[in-house]
Amino acid sequence: MSRARFLPLIIFGLLVAAGVWRLATPKDDRVASQLEGQKLPVFALPPALPGKPGLTSADLATGTPRLVNIFASWCVPCAAEAPVLMQLKRQGVPIDAIAIRDKPEDVAAFLAQYGDPFTRIGGDQRSQVQIALGSSGVPESFVVDGKGVIRAQHIGPIMEQDVPGILQAMEEAR
Amino acid sequence: MIAEAGLAALWLAAALAALQLALALGAGGAGGRAMGTIRAVAIAQGVLTLTAFAALIAVFLRTDLSVLLVAENSHAAKPWLYKFAGAWGNHEGSMLLWVTVLAIAGAVVAVFERHLDERTLSASLAAQAALALGFFAFLLFASNPFERLNPAPLAGRGLNPLLQDPGLAFHPPTLYLGYVGLSVAFSLAVGALVTREVGPALARAMRPWVLGAWILLTLGITAGSYWAYYELGWGGWWFWDPVENASLMPWLAATALLHSLNVLAARGGLRAWTMMLALVAFSMSMVGTFLVRSGILTSVHAFAVDPTRGSFILALLTLYIGAALALFALRIATVKEGAPFDPLSREGALVANNLFLSVILGIVLIGTLYPLIAEAATGEKLSVGPPYFNATAGPLALILAALMMIGPQLRWRRDRSAVLPRLAPGVVIGIAALVATIPIAPSIGLLPRLGLALGIGLIPASLAPLAGRALRRTPLAIWGMCLAHLGVAVALVGMASDSAFTREKLTTAVPGEQVEVGPWIVELRSIRPVAGPNWTALEAEMRASKGSGVNVLKPQSRFFTEPVTTTNEAAIETDWNGQLYAVLGAQDVATGRWQVRLWWKPFVTLIWLGGALIALGGLLALIGRWWRAFRARRRFVEAEW
Amino acid sequence: MNLRPKHQRLVLVSLAVLALGGAVLLAMWGLSDRAAYFVTPTDIAAGKAPHGQAIRLGGMVERGSLTREPDGVTIHFTVSDLKAETPVRYRGITPDLFKEGSGVVAEGRMEGGLFVADTILAKHDERYMPPQMAGTATPR
Repeated sequence: MSRARFLPLIIFGLLVAAGVWRLATPKDDRVASQLEGQKLPVFALPPALPGKPGLTSADLATGTPRLVNIFASWCVPCAAEAPVLMQLKRQGVPIDAIAIRDKPEDVAAFLAQYGDPFTRIGGDQRSQVQIALGSSGVPESFVVDGKGVIRAQHIGPIMEQDVPGILQAMEEAR
Repeated sequence: MIAEAGLAALWLAAALAALQLALALGAGGAGGRAMGTIRAVAIAQGVLTLTAFAALIAVFLRTDLSVLLVAENSHAAKPWLYKFAGAWGNHEGSMLLWVTVLAIAGAVVAVFERHLDERTLSASLAAQAALALGFFAFLLFASNPFERLNPAPLAGRGLNPLLQDPGLAFHPPTLYLGYVGLSVAFSLAVGALVTREVGPALARAMRPWVLGAWILLTLGITAGSYWAYYELGWGGWWFWDPVENASLMPWLAATALLHSLNVLAARGGLRAWTMMLALVAFSMSMVGTFLVRSGILTSVHAFAVDPTRGSFILALLTLYIGAALALFALRIATVKEGAPFDPLSREGALVANNLFLSVILGIVLIGTLYPLIAEAATGEKLSVGPPYFNATAGPLALILAALMMIGPQLRWRRDRSAVLPRLAPGVVIGIAALVATIPIAPSIGLLPRLGLALGIGLIPASLAPLAGRALRRTPLAIWGMCLAHLGVAVALVGMASDSAFTREKLTTAVPGEQVEVGPWIVELRSIRPVAGPNWTALEAEMRASKGSGVNVLKPQSRFFTEPVTTTNEAAIETDWNGQLYAVLGAQDVATGRWQVRLWWKPFVTLIWLGGALIALGGLLALIGRWWRAFRARRRFVEAEW
Repeated sequence: MNLRPKHQRLVLVSLAVLALGGAVLLAMWGLSDRAAYFVTPTDIAAGKAPHGQAIRLGGMVERGSLTREPDGVTIHFTVSDLKAETPVRYRGITPDLFKEGSGVVAEGRMEGGLFVADTILAKHDERYMPPQMAGTATPR
């Protein structure tokens, strides 16, 4: 009787330890791009809306690192991420975008509402370039260095707490 | 404005929870006066939390898109019922519902609890306040339902179409009422361990809460199973998905606790076991919540992943369950032992019942957590599914069913009369059924065969306690017990029948062709587009007949626009002896043929009918006890005159 | 047989501990050959996939690899993790989120070099789900 009463507590402790471990090293079920460290695939996307240039892989190999943001007007986390992208732009980060499966008027409305931090926006109607980049959802962002090599991938919206990490990745890509 | 009011009410309620904790802890010696204040604080806490929840419902009904939660989970085009249900069809809203039920339960205990002495009641209310405080903190700091979105979007994102279903709109609240009902058992157990007053009075205080929570969990799980059956289009009724297991584990613990409480109330026995089960039951509720919301387990219907929230809940869990288990370990040695009993007795049968239910609970818990533990220990990634659960829990459940044939008929303390005559009706019919299945269904598996035999045998056996009684004077609680056990028998027959006799046909067809499945001949008549309030679909018209009469089935492949998803709406034709289940798949562009999947499931509805009977039996028992208590108090009052 | 309360408690506690141990043993027995391991096409190509046991294969459905057998309900496709590919056969109605170029998790076992899938799982996180726009979705 004496020792058995501590058994439940001990077992619970072990389970908590497992839970803590799992939270500390989160399961990475998201299909991460295998292209980190690889050159961008060659592509040329038409403008996603009139008045803004489209995006080609050559535009991302001009000697300075650039941030490529994959978004869509119908994606709510993209709206949440928009102010952070504006902030990054103000801090001097050059940002281009790929708008997937979207209509020009919807993209225009989105930019009018949430701001436009993008130099170029390519329209990827069938997600072909998105998939070629190894991205499986929106929003996702890639840090591309001056030679057109993908240096980092950020899955999900870039939030306030992610900004230092992004800035550092941009630094390291120089 | 409403959102801010709701948030303010939530903060106030949290402050009151802290106050209640302080008062109840300090009330050790103060007695009467403090109790009145504590009651008032508990009531205020309940009212304020309910106000906050009402505020959330209000912003959803008005589709106030400046509230982030509404923008992400609702849409102006949704029918009002789903706007209402959308309030809790997401993480933050469902946590607010959890906390609302917790606070109201605490208020009810504070006002109505009469069996306990004041010291134990104060300690219990302190525990309940401590629970509430942790969850309030979680809500306010990590899951604010009233967070604003600036600027507000023009349209909301909509509710997942899989959730736009009346059954599923009400399935979560039913389960939450169950989970949180068990929190009262937890708090009472903690209070009683603190004051060392573990006895029949405590059992009588706990029992209505456990019974009520258990009835709701039974209903919630049964409804969830039926929903998955007709909504997912896979023809299955239980998938051993982590979220399903998260609701099953508290139910298993609560069932064991319910039976254990009867021993404690009637004979003062099984004190340590009952306390442990009371702690485990709510712990399972909390663990289930953690599993579903932390993202550590993948599931088809888990909430969105967020490790910060997961860590918060894990911290709360560790604090509450750890403290409770430590308290148990420290105090249990000083709790008086109960009266002795013979192994062959009602108590003995209930000990066996506890053991088997606990082992099944352990198996389900291990199976659910194993992927996590294996990866932590070895880095190996794996998943555990129906093959494991069916092979391990299945046989144990059958043994438990066999025990049910005799257990309820045994006498308390020591049963020396002949057991065999009482077992006879059940065993004889069971064996007859077993023998009958051999020629009728020579090639079904052993588990379904035994399941059928045991289920059929259990039907008369569950009613045996009523034999030889003056039925009109038999307490309602006994009727309830028999009905609940009958429900188990019926459900078991349904499950075994589904396993053994289901016929499936997966094929392609074009309009004009016929498909055969079981005794049915199904003709595909046409496929045409149809539309609903927020969806369009391709609907197949099928005519099914098995001899006389024609039944029309219209399965759909449905497309929603906000958000964009496709779902399969199965068509089900229910007969007295089973269901015909039809699903429409995609069209092969090359051949123009449509995929069609049909099942004939004999007696499958018995599964959910059984579940409903179990809940009904529980309800009868609950009413029976309340009625008795009410009459006893009235007689007492009259006697005073 | 009449046990003193103290003895009775001892017996009950022993039973509880035995039950706990029994549950663990039963679970270990059940898990030993019924847990399904997650593998990628690379693991299979390297011969690291357990044979005869249920496995879960995860990756992307390779574009252009989806074909349908004449019976209309059996499909063949290739799962790729951008480094290796595995051919898969599946008989059944595919879930709504299953299409070429998107992620898939299939549960089944290896038969020779072919993965025979019993179930195809939809990885359902609605935040990462692109819509099909009316009029521009292409039939495959």
